[in-house]
Amino acid sequence: MSDLSILPDYGLDWLDASGEHSDIVLSTRVRIARNLQGHAFGNRARVNDREVVLEQTRRAVERVELLKGSTLLELRDLDPGGRRILLERRLVSRELLGDVKTGPVGASAVLLASADPLSVMINEEDHFRIQGLVSGLRLKRAWHLADRLDEELGRELPFAYHHEFGFLTSCPTNVGSGLRASVLVHLPGLVLTKEIGKVLQGLAQVGLTFRGLYGEGSEVIGNFFQVSNQTTLGKGEEDLVEHLDQIVRQVIQYETHARQVLLRDAPQVTEDKIWRAYGLLRYARSLSFEELMNLLSGIRLGVGLKLLPELRVYTLNKLMILTQTAHLEQAARRGLPPSECDTHRATYVRRILVTEGASPPDERVEEDGSPPAG
Amino acid sequence: MTAEGKAPSEVCDICGSRKAIVHLTQIENNQMSTSHLCKECAAAKGVEGPGEAATLPLSNFLAQLGDEPGSKPSAATAEACSFCGLAFADFREAGRLGCPHCYTAFEDYLRGLLRRVHGSTQHVGKVYLPPDPSASDVQKQLELLRYKLQRAVDCEDFERAAELRDRIRMMEPAGS
Repeated sequence: MSDLSILPDYGLDWLDASGEHSDIVLSTRVRIARNLQGHAFGNRARVNDREVVLEQTRRAVERVELLKGSTLLELRDLDPGGRRILLERRLVSRELLGDVKTGPVGASAVLLASADPLSVMINEEDHFRIQGLVSGLRLKRAWHLADRLDEELGRELPFAYHHEFGFLTSCPTNVGSGLRASVLVHLPGLVLTKEIGKVLQGLAQVGLTFRGLYGEGSEVIGNFFQVSNQTTLGKGEEDLVEHLDQIVRQVIQYETHARQVLLRDAPQVTEDKIWRAYGLLRYARSLSFEELMNLLSGIRLGVGLKLLPELRVYTLNKLMILTQTAHLEQAARRGLPPSECDTHRATYVRRILVTEGASPPDERVEEDGSPPAG
Repeated sequence: MTAEGKAPSEVCDICGSRKAIVHLTQIENNQMSTSHLCKECAAAKGVEGPGEAATLPLSNFLAQLGDEPGSKPSAATAEACSFCGLAFADFREAGRLGCPHCYTAFEDYLRGLLRRVHGSTQHVGKVYLPPDPSASDVQKQLELLRYKLQRAVDCEDFERAAELRDRIRMMEPAGS
């Protein structure tokens, strides 16, 4: 199976905005790192090691209940566009995709569960990266899913485990539980009120860290921050998850307060900014992804503040993911040079906002009793 | 760092020559202004881009941690892992271990490093017993539960121990 087209919507469940606080929290992810006993880790693994890991996984999958009906994709069998789609849906990491020129290393693969939002990267830095990815703030749900798959896989495959250090991983920063729980939060209020620095410093003081949209090494764009646990050893998994949940709820409170401050102290500027963002998205003919993300941040704030009540969070989530380059190229059924890509992006955004957008500003003017524009 | 409705400008507002990488939006007296700054001018103004922490190379970070007094490799730390051949110096350079056996080969050094990174060296999360190919599924689960029970008793977590004991009793064959 190497054709992504039979999985057109795979891995997009987390966009549905069904989880708690979904206007501020886009998604929750729990990732568990595991390795097979007796084989070198990803960066030192020889071809044979990688093949053995993949082969043992294939055999184990048949006996794992949660992976009944799952799909195993070897990345080398996919074209570059298909691989980028997986990255844009956050089902694989940049590292698993390998070097831009040479492509993925042999036996790099991803396993996609059929019934639950669960996936496993195979032969990345660690042999296995089990991932549960759900909508909104639902840490316990994501943890229980990933934990169950870990238990089932661990009954079939001998994981590397040390009596003192716990589950062994390629990087010592992941050893112990191998657990990285992360929550993707949108914090425009804290950025605009310049409180974000304090919050980020506070995260470091309580053992948490933050990254950009695509994880380690990625930049923060569109005011999206991925907050996760920094340490993995010396605390139980439930405690790590519970601690992150508590702190993220505090951050949400700070963000909500910052938004109230914006509305109280700068109502015209805030409303103007939101409608300008909406206007640009609704009518622009060319949009870079970075510009789109910044504008979406503005209108997402507007939805949260009930200034754009007819716009659904689901629409915003969809615009964010389906306007990435590989998704646009897939829709166009061909490669797109950057300028053309920006045009396709703007067209797609306009089309979605026509059917799923807020009331046009001129209608609101009419409601106010003023003459319509034009 | 802006949610404003225009693309960030390319050139730094202050020096006018270097590429702007920090986009700072401020609201003062109900007026919003956005400035675009290069890394150097942003640093001079005391503004740090939020991506800074994320781009710090992890290997440097780990190497620096390892260089702290008290975490130097002891004589007991091997020069290389006997299983995968990873040289200790290469681990220090890249910050990645080569295989599970590296944790035994470089155990003394790692203990110091882990204490600094995680504040602990003792895993207290899930306990794990690798699968025994000759055991039945029920036997495998029983073995794991008994191991967990022992851990719970050792940690004086008697509530968890009682729960595990009940699960074991339910699974054990009658008369055993």
